[in-house]
Amino acid sequence: MDAARVIVLPGVGHFSAFVAGLRERKLTGALRDASRAGVPILGICLGLQVMFSRSEEAPGETGMGFFTEEVRALPTNVKSPHIGWNQVRRTRESRLLRGVPEDAYFYFAHSFAAPAETQATVAACDHGLAFAAVIEAGNLRAVQFHPEKSGDVGALVLRNFLNSVEFPGLPQ
Amino acid sequence: MTLARRIIPCLDVDAGRVVKGIEFEGLRDMGDPAELAARYNREGADELVMLDISASHQGRSTFLDTIRRVAEQLNLPLTAGGGIRTMEEGRAVLRAGADKVTVNTAAVERPELISELAQQFGSQAVVLSVDVKRKGNSWEPYVRGGREATGMDAAAWVTEAVQRGAGEILLTSIDRDGTCSGFDCELTARIAATVSVPVIASGGANGFQDFLEVFTRGCADAALAASIFHNATHSIPDLKQFLAEGGVPVRRPMSSSKGTP
Repeated sequence: MDAARVIVLPGVGHFSAFVAGLRERKLTGALRDASRAGVPILGICLGLQVMFSRSEEAPGETGMGFFTEEVRALPTNVKSPHIGWNQVRRTRESRLLRGVPEDAYFYFAHSFAAPAETQATVAACDHGLAFAAVIEAGNLRAVQFHPEKSGDVGALVLRNFLNSVEFPGLPQ
Repeated sequence: MTLARRIIPCLDVDAGRVVKGIEFEGLRDMGDPAELAARYNREGADELVMLDISASHQGRSTFLDTIRRVAEQLNLPLTAGGGIRTMEEGRAVLRAGADKVTVNTAAVERPELISELAQQFGSQAVVLSVDVKRKGNSWEPYVRGGREATGMDAAAWVTEAVQRGAGEILLTSIDRDGTCSGFDCELTARIAATVSVPVIASGGANGFQDFLEVFTRGCADAALAASIFHNATHSIPDLKQFLAEGGVPVRRPMSSSKGTP
């Protein structure tokens, strides 16, 4: 982890399994240190959720706490999990979404979500409620959708992440 | 901002080849899975489903190999299954590159399998596949490739499965499958109203109008078809154009979107 120039927190599964996995591998502290040192971190799906302090999915567990809000379950008046392709609404200028058409679709697969009001939210999505779809704050970036499953627009988001971070040794 | 209705080509795979089955009997070679996957990825399919119809012990390692070859071609979600009996078999499918695993017969025999998979991999990774035949005013699930009646009720079964953690229902009408007489919209609407998770309609797709009907009258979240896509008699871009004109929200690949960079 010390040598990492860039960190990707992917993730499917359960909030508590993820944070327990980090703890067992003694990565929680290393991840905090890396974030403090300014290493660019990209969270994907559950990787976005664990950047928050806690989640309704695992009430007793503590997340990384990069953001203080609570991750909540999607409301019961809509289909959950939120599975499929949805669009996002930009609330601020986004580096990850640079060059991505406004009406582009991204692939989502989740039952929990971070509140859209999070200060670092740059794009929100609606499914029963407004939630954070893209987060950017300093060296931290996160997406609730799966860029690796989102076709060409997803590939562009990943390209934008690599282009937005400056570190030696990145193959051009 | 709307959740798009999904178009899902299905690859029925036997011994590393895509095959076509008619009414769950008789097979015809339809091509190489990786080549078809690459084509669907390019053409704007929203997802791919891959089913192992060999269901033999020996066939399993070939199937895992095929998943790897198909997953390499995709930057779309991939669902795979067919004959999955244990959590470890589910894990192997996901490890090979699938994003979701589908279970059918083994889940009927031991419903705990659904709970175990959901706890381990999350509900979004667990798709319950149900093959049903109409029986009066309801539908009965069949297992073992549609050959064996269960005596159960489809609505009751999917309700239990969702309580156990199934994140999606892949609903196949055996009556319509392979007969090309359109999706069973009544069935799809009934199940979609019964459960709170997305329902994928399958069986009977013959033309664009069938898809429009299953998304409107049938309330389906996604629609799956095999041969009409494999044959290239119906292209996915044309289908999506047709659906968009009919008011169904669909995803277009970036290149055809407005404001391309």
